[in-house]
Amino acid sequence: MAEQIFFFIFAVLAVGSAIAVVSFKNPVYSVLSLMVCFLQMAALFVMLRSPFLAVVQVFVYVGAVLVLFLFVIMMLDIRKARMDQFITGGNFWAIGLLGILIIEMILIISKSRLTSITVSSELRLDGGVREIGEALFTKYILPFEIVSFILLVALMGAIVLGRKELR
Amino acid sequence: MNFNIVNVIFSMPEIIVLAGACLLILLDLVLYKNQKGIIGYLSLLIILIAGAGTLILSSPSVEIFDRMFVVDGYSTFFKMIFYLSTFLAVLLSINYIKIEGVEYGEYYILMLFAMSGMMVMASSIDLLSIYVGLELMALSIYILTGFKQYNGRSNEAAMKYVILGAFSSGILLYGISLVYGLTGTTQLADIAGILKQQGNLDIGLVLAIIFLIAGFGFKVAAVPFHMWAPDVYEGAPTSITAFMSVGPKAASFAVILRVFLEALQPVSASWTTLIAILSVVTMATGSIIALSQTNIKRMLAYSSIAHAGYALLGLVAGGADGIASVMLYMLIYAFMNMGIFGTIILLRKGDFKAEDIEDYTGLAKVNRGAAFLMLIFLFSLAGIPPTAGFIGKFYIFMSLIKTGYVSLAIIAVIMSVISAYFYIRIVMLIYMKEPVREFDLARSPANSLALIIAVIGTIIIGILPAWFLEMAKSAIFPG
Repeated sequence: MAEQIFFFIFAVLAVGSAIAVVSFKNPVYSVLSLMVCFLQMAALFVMLRSPFLAVVQVFVYVGAVLVLFLFVIMMLDIRKARMDQFITGGNFWAIGLLGILIIEMILIISKSRLTSITVSSELRLDGGVREIGEALFTKYILPFEIVSFILLVALMGAIVLGRKELR
Repeated sequence: MNFNIVNVIFSMPEIIVLAGACLLILLDLVLYKNQKGIIGYLSLLIILIAGAGTLILSSPSVEIFDRMFVVDGYSTFFKMIFYLSTFLAVLLSINYIKIEGVEYGEYYILMLFAMSGMMVMASSIDLLSIYVGLELMALSIYILTGFKQYNGRSNEAAMKYVILGAFSSGILLYGISLVYGLTGTTQLADIAGILKQQGNLDIGLVLAIIFLIAGFGFKVAAVPFHMWAPDVYEGAPTSITAFMSVGPKAASFAVILRVFLEALQPVSASWTTLIAILSVVTMATGSIIALSQTNIKRMLAYSSIAHAGYALLGLVAGGADGIASVMLYMLIYAFMNMGIFGTIILLRKGDFKAEDIEDYTGLAKVNRGAAFLMLIFLFSLAGIPPTAGFIGKFYIFMSLIKTGYVSLAIIAVIMSVISAYFYIRIVMLIYMKEPVREFDLARSPANSLALIIAVIGTIIIGILPAWFLEMAKSAIFPG
């Protein structure tokens, strides 16, 4: 029961901060909201018995990625790029439509079998580094290798698209 | 499962392509700026070696990597389409990227990475490996789209593509997570088994199916998830437009067929109508909006949307005939679309872009050969016999009629007649009007070879369809 209460606190905060990310006009506030969102995600990982993932989430996303975001925003001075041209008042119908869709999704999921599924207590996972490492290098070796190539491609892409010598 | 040599042997074609691409990255460092064509020719060699590997391994159906990856006739057939389209796209690029001034080795390497992503997709029998394959392919193509980095349109296209693509990936992942939540597995055959066992349809699964359709629909540019296609096709380098209109589309269809006709087959009643509506809307939108286009790349984007609609009809028909007809369609589409983009690339020289439809006025009077090639590929896209395009549409419509969707087949024929107008209009311009300018072709041996392969494919399948259909039929997955 206590676990459920905590889940709702983290979940509501996560969704709320995610909405804040897209509604703030100042990009710095958006990034800070994103940080809140990621911290809630880390908390949810803890509740899913994966402390290691939670720590990685905090280290990598909150610690590294978001700091990079802040650097980039401050270097580019995006405030000059007039944020109002991206966020106009005319999209209320879109928000309304989205609201209807979200309510529909909540209704569907609440009627589905998904709500009655519980995490098996027999699973003897402690979510430690050893288990994750073993899973990655045995059962999930194929996706793991492919993901490493995805990272390589992303790296190449950053270099190729960032090259200076224009024609 | 411990380290297993079988895994390595049966994923050898993928390993060859990925390892080859990594070697080319290193080689790229030591080459001079004007030697980058070598990387292109070596990529061709890698594709040929991988192709030979795939053919050697094709005969049995083997599941490896803990039932995530399968080597079977179906994946072999699709991999052949990927090899073919990448091979032709590389051939067409060697001269073209010199003209566009973006001759970099990374161009070919990214194409190889995109191709390996497609190969993983076609062989995947687990939603997890499907997803990572899809991302590897998509990411490489986002970069290639923005490769003409001095060009605003190219940048805009890449930006739009990457943002919408990331969004659609999110939707797809949400669908996958719902499927995992309801069945407790991501393995396609296991999902089918559990769904069969559960009997009645869970309403949450309907939501999951809608998300899966939206996610995959984006990748094949089905309406209403098609908005990115015209801008991206127009902005990307033409050789990449050719590549991405064929390869990724075939890969996505390979995945769609497996997911829907294998994993979600037990609940087919819940998605057949949805896909049918989607395909009709896709055909109609693609065919009708294409009528008013003045840029040939945009027009071909809408035409490719319409073609995705026809292929989706094969999914509606389902069964062995449906699967085989989509597979054949993808093969044919690879030949004819590569061909038409190849001719556009052939005309691109100096400052002449050859992107407006009006630019083709009177081409026949100046250059018979190029005009005749355009004629064949346009007729094939329109579906006029004896070209291959007719055969592709014919088998899809036949499989629809056999399964009782006669009205859908009639709608599809009507759409196909509408779409014939905008293809024939170009033929009219080429043959009936007087030329207003000189045409100077960007001829090169590589270009010519690509066009010869494309034209032979388009005509041979049109004349001897039975052999290719048998090949597709013998390669379908058990579903």
